Amino acid sequence: MTFLKTLGVAAAVTAGLAAATTANAKDLAIGMMCDRTGPTAVTGTVLCPGYHDYIDLVNSKGGVMGNKIVANEIDIEYKVPPAVEAYQRFKQDGAVLISPYGTPMVAALLKTMEEDKIPGTSAGFGTAAAANGEKYPYMFPIAASYWSQTAAAVKFIKDKFGGDLKGKKVAYIFYDNPAGREGIPVMTHLAKKEGFEWREFAVPAPGLEMGAQILDITRRFRADFIIAHVFGRAPAVMLKELKRSGYPMDKVIGLVWAVSEGDIAAAGGWDVAEGYNTIQFAGVGSDYPVLQQIRDMYKANGKEQPKEMDFTVYYNRGVFQAAMHVKAIENAVKKKGSADITGEDVRDGMRAIKDFSLDGLLPPLQLSAKDHEGGGFVRVFQVQKGKYVPVTDWYRAYREDVLKLLEEEHKG
Amino acid sequence: MFHRECGYYKTTYESDQAILPFPIAKQAIVGFLILFLLVFPLFASEYYLSQLCLVGIAVVGALGLNILLGYTGQISIGHAAFMSVGAYTAANLVTRIEIFGGPLPFWIAIPAGGCMAALVGLVVGIPSLRVKGLYLAIATLAAQFIIEWTINHSPSISGGAAAAIEVQRPSILGWHLNDQWELYLFVMFFAILAIIATTNLIRSRVGRALIAIRDQDIAAEIIGINVFKYKLYAFAISSFFAGVTGVLYMYYFSIATYEQFQIVVSIDFLAMCIIGGLGSIVGTIFGAFFIIMLPVMIRLVMEFIGPWFMDPSYLPQVIGQLRLIFFGGLIIVFLILEPEGLNRLWQNIRNYFRVWPFSY
Repeated sequence: MTFLKTLGVAAAVTAGLAAATTANAKDLAIGMMCDRTGPTAVTGTVLCPGYHDYIDLVNSKGGVMGNKIVANEIDIEYKVPPAVEAYQRFKQDGAVLISPYGTPMVAALLKTMEEDKIPGTSAGFGTAAAANGEKYPYMFPIAASYWSQTAAAVKFIKDKFGGDLKGKKVAYIFYDNPAGREGIPVMTHLAKKEGFEWREFAVPAPGLEMGAQILDITRRFRADFIIAHVFGRAPAVMLKELKRSGYPMDKVIGLVWAVSEGDIAAAGGWDVAEGYNTIQFAGVGSDYPVLQQIRDMYKANGKEQPKEMDFTVYYNRGVFQAAMHVKAIENAVKKKGSADITGEDVRDGMRAIKDFSLDGLLPPLQLSAKDHEGGGFVRVFQVQKGKYVPVTDWYRAYREDVLKLLEEEHKG
Repeated sequence: MFHRECGYYKTTYESDQAILPFPIAKQAIVGFLILFLLVFPLFASEYYLSQLCLVGIAVVGALGLNILLGYTGQISIGHAAFMSVGAYTAANLVTRIEIFGGPLPFWIAIPAGGCMAALVGLVVGIPSLRVKGLYLAIATLAAQFIIEWTINHSPSISGGAAAAIEVQRPSILGWHLNDQWELYLFVMFFAILAIIATTNLIRSRVGRALIAIRDQDIAAEIIGINVFKYKLYAFAISSFFAGVTGVLYMYYFSIATYEQFQIVVSIDFLAMCIIGGLGSIVGTIFGAFFIIMLPVMIRLVMEFIGPWFMDPSYLPQVIGQLRLIFFGGLIIVFLILEPEGLNRLWQNIRNYFRVWPFSY
């Protein structure tokens, strides 16, 4: 019976703890999963502080119409069972919005969130198909999907070659998992349309060895341009190998996870990556009013600005996600007239976000009941002399083609 | 204290062979059944039910691994891959076949997933005759990667580039199991089935043969046990359990994706068996509880006591790291203090109370 007793005590202790941490009625709770440990910690350790800083900023200005926002964070180690645990915990605490983290976790929670009518966001991961708000009413990618990113990359290359891609050779190097292969249908389609030659180069997990692939691309295939869709620790390795091969870095464009300051530092510094083009769904760099406000907030509290702010790629994405969440809640509260909102209200609030750009940090996002992607806008930043310099405005490309492919995907 | 083991006279062979020889064991089982099947679904919150669901599913998989690891002495690092075989088999069957005016029911999908995994397990088990110990570990590790790669790169299995197949939650006679308590009872049914099956398996001819092979395979062969056959049995049964686990995961998350079944998961299941106690059914259940609930407990405790000695805004930063440190540390401490696992700890407690308060 000892086991029973232990169980009872454990249950009582956890129940007490859960009750103690539950937010009071006027607070609006957001459940936020994070990956400060585990294989993707590179991202989480920077992104999550950005998220919290923005929430603190909103609260320091009086919250959402006088209601404080409480962002509860649980570290899930990029594993599925902890994500399920975290989700249930958030739900119990009355979260009106829950943000799962990572492709498999989004997949595992998709159905449950729909049943519980709690909206969530999956900025930068999950399948392109999730952009369809009619099929997945409670999941919001809110940022350009891999399909939109790939299409935008092709457009960027086309412009570089003066608007004609015929006969050019494009290499698509990708991390060999479902997320990495996402761009392939778009590449196949656009290659036919634009008449360029392309080949796929798979990098097997864990993506720390790609000398052979780079050699293949630069010496045998002799690519005119490279689209890189790698993540985790792989981008740093890729940059190093490209540098060694002497390939011109301004003929390489990386999708959103192939580009952070941390990767460049790990590859050997900014000189190695000079000229590298990177696609972003949230602005990078420190010259945004909202970031200045966060710095001012730290100064007003007599604290140093956090070191995470130097890693603007992921930090800004944290700010971006937080801003979208707060905006959705704000819309919901405004519409309802009180802080007594449900997940359904927040979903409608998220769908009501139009022309929200956070003073240039974000593209002019247009969400709707059908389009949960917000239009699929990206911006290309180039590495120039130790920082990211925008070389295009916010743009999107081949939108009709991407939407057509999406439709076909849903039929199939 | 609670009971005495003397005074129960066995007058028939049946009573001598009973799984639960003493009345108190029966009472305890009935008590646990009431607690888990009646009290928890009625009174526990969805949060705890979802945790128990995860534990229940893990118990099935860990029991399977313990049959192979603890009872037969064959190591396998490819357990998660067999789960993915089960999950994808069931997912493909459920989404492609329609009978009785609906998708294939779970009572066909679950055994089908298990059988497919068992078949694959048989193939992977073949090297076990020739290679042992660490070498077998590497052979099964290869299986993990090969299966993962195959699923990942065959759209006909994985259902397209995303390698994820969405399925409906299970239904019984048109009743969809969507609520947490319904899923909980669904999972518990299979967990209990697995416990009963393993208990009986170990007492059977096959089970004794497995144990003989574990203890000394050459001696087992000399006394007439077909070592190769029984090793394959062990692989097949173990993989069957893994396959069922995979299907349960698939139903619980209502999606099959190979990313849930990567090598880390195999290691987690190995840890459940080793920490729980090799070759022990109760230990396996403890192990599953321990591995799944401990990180949760550590986090809850940290959230509670953390604000007393640090700035709450640093807490999210620190908790993740501390949880890993404590989790790793506790495993080491357990293995040093009680290398035979949680089961041995439980035995010690039981033995202490067996003669309490007159221990001399």
